[in-house]
Amino acid sequence: MRIESPLREEAVRELRVGQTVSLTGVVHTARDEAHARMLELLRQGEPLPFDLKGGVIYHCGPIMERRGDEWRVIAAGPTTSARMDGMQAEVIERTGVRAIIGKGGMSRPVLEALAQHGCVYLAYTGGAAVLAAKSVKEVVREHWSDLGMAEAVWELRMREFGPLVVAMDCHGGSLYQEVEAKVNAERERMLRVL
Amino acid sequence: MVEETVVRLMRTATTTLPVDVLAALERALAEETEEIAKAQLRTILENIRLAEEGRVPMCQDTGVPIFYVSGLWDEGLEAGIRQGVARATREVPLRPNVVHPLTRHNTGDNLGDGMPVVHFSPPKGDFIEIVHMPKGAGSENMSALRMLNPSEGANGIKRAVLEVITKAGGRPCPPTIVGLGVGGTTEEAAYLAKRAVLRPVGRRSLDPEAARLEEDLELMLNRSGVGPMGLGGRTTVLGVSVELAHCHTASLPVAINLQCWAARRCSARIYPDGRVLFRTEGFE
Repeated sequence: MRIESPLREEAVRELRVGQTVSLTGVVHTARDEAHARMLELLRQGEPLPFDLKGGVIYHCGPIMERRGDEWRVIAAGPTTSARMDGMQAEVIERTGVRAIIGKGGMSRPVLEALAQHGCVYLAYTGGAAVLAAKSVKEVVREHWSDLGMAEAVWELRMREFGPLVVAMDCHGGSLYQEVEAKVNAERERMLRVL
Repeated sequence: MVEETVVRLMRTATTTLPVDVLAALERALAEETEEIAKAQLRTILENIRLAEEGRVPMCQDTGVPIFYVSGLWDEGLEAGIRQGVARATREVPLRPNVVHPLTRHNTGDNLGDGMPVVHFSPPKGDFIEIVHMPKGAGSENMSALRMLNPSEGANGIKRAVLEVITKAGGRPCPPTIVGLGVGGTTEEAAYLAKRAVLRPVGRRSLDPEAARLEEDLELMLNRSGVGPMGLGGRTTVLGVSVELAHCHTASLPVAINLQCWAARRCSARIYPDGRVLFRTEGFE
């Protein structure tokens, strides 16, 4: 299934855990330091230099190469989302972002924020950096370049970015929780026979 | 000569995967039955193909540079390695990942105090051997050191590894390679765990007890159900390698080092006549 950003809330609420989608439209990369700066500004009532309403945050610190005046994406796979666990729910609430793309999944408070605000977590294959770079059609602009290449916010226009797995939806569904429950049961079973 | 060799080591390691890792990923794909797990592995294999074709890094996390050097230390050798790292960072290009641990200021060239990590050991012959491993943070962050009670034995090691791998879930980018350093002291165990990660997938320890531990753990971890990217499945690890050292009678140190599916490595030998040989599977 294809989805396009900016995303409408109704479109996001239709997505269900286990579905596979591809995304066309603008995404903003953001990792630890960008999340921290977003919250610092928003808590003081300051605007962000970019608009995330209906937008997509991509947990990614790409390798970029500058050729003349133009930036080119060399590699842009997802980073571990769990590092943003403590900040994500508030970022969702304050920005109106509709989708988070990352790897490894996020915490229960984030799952609750997804349901409350109408947002979805999409898993992209960790390390699939060249494939992701291929679906970048345009580097729109760079924000917060002082944070360095990996931590800066890169505004990227994507075409058919995927496959993205709906791993946490806005109905409380989480593929990670389903897997975790099975894994824990299996681990306890194995530990008993050791 | 050293600088040139290091640039090529880093370029080869970050853009191509050793054949044993690639074969293990293909076996993993054949092993999986669920569509989501299969799709993860297909995406990984397609990404590896594109990286090799375009000669670009397969993952944006090109890691921190680690080198194991067998040869006589001299200033020129160490300077050559550092120059090689800075040049490879610009030319491949690699992501500048090295920061001050407290200020988090990025040095921009992957150099810093104690970075790259370089381990020197005595020469093995008339050549200098350099083994390179770029180490990503996703898997490194999930690594662990446990000081077990000696009476816990092999079962205690299994419990510790099972706990670490199942709690890590999708974060270290499974299917992973698990390196275990068993015995020694704290720092020796950690060193051995990382050396274990460098061993080609499927090559068993020569110690029969360690080899049995490797086999048992591979079965257990793949039965755990974590699966590719933690989204569920039959392949959580590509392999488990154990390196041993004797230890204190009152200790059982166990270091667990994880390596993501992008288990990148490359080795080179520089001979006195100027020849340089490169191998991703390492030298015997």
